[in-house]
Amino acid sequence: MITVNGNGRDHVPDETVSGLLKRLNYIFPLVIVKINGTVVPRDSFPSVNVPDGATVEVIHLTSGG
Amino acid sequence: MQNSEITARLKEASVGIAGAGGLGSNVAMTLARAGVGRLVIVDMDLVEKGNLDRQCFFLDQVGMPKVEALKENIERAVEGVVVDAREVMLDEGSMDEPFRDVDIIVEALDLAETKVRLIEEVLIKLPKTPIVAASGVGGIGGSERVSLRVSGTLYLIEDPHGIPCEEGILTGPKVGLMAHWQANTVMEILLGGSCE
Repeated sequence: MITVNGNGRDHVPDETVSGLLKRLNYIFPLVIVKINGTVVPRDSFPSVNVPDGATVEVIHLTSGG
Repeated sequence: MQNSEITARLKEASVGIAGAGGLGSNVAMTLARAGVGRLVIVDMDLVEKGNLDRQCFFLDQVGMPKVEALKENIERAVEGVVVDAREVMLDEGSMDEPFRDVDIIVEALDLAETKVRLIEEVLIKLPKTPIVAASGVGGIGGSERVSLRVSGTLYLIEDPHGIPCEEGILTGPKVGLMAHWQANTVMEILLGGSCE
């Protein structure tokens, strides 16, 4: 299991950050992602795996300012 | 905390503001009035007539660089605030550069992608500097949906159902609500907690 924004989700072996975002229908590149409190740079989304037990924060931004 | 201590702490503080539009111009003005000593404001746009429904500018400033007009307005409103107005583009890879010596950064940009780039760069390159951002600025009403989300040094004022500006409208009351919520959060961080 992993936790995404406080909600329990299945852990998928070898799933990358990009894969997780796709599975949860988040729109890249409009999100900040933290795994266990550490920011994952956008460039690394396709290469960084989400480990089992991870606490993931996906922070979505919308335009306007 | 005594009023005199609050005044002294704010006077010593410096706040960087990325963007001088609906969020940034209002954040800057209210923090200046509150007594923050130094503001570093970065924007490269000119004041347009269509901005005046929600941004802290005047009719006779249309066509001026926003940072220059905002500095002028702040200096008309209050004494003793140092306004470091920078008419430059925030370039990817060095977006943190103007803000390396400030106590807190306010994300007051327009496009979601630019917001994400700035926040990400600040979190990685300036890990000790709090950044106060806003999302869901568009639309009317929905005040009860707005909340503060804290994740490490990121403080996000968000309306999860706020309409992206590409799809909806930006109005002074909603934009001002988000801007003042950002400014209030800046005050709380600078003073080390809420004052009741």
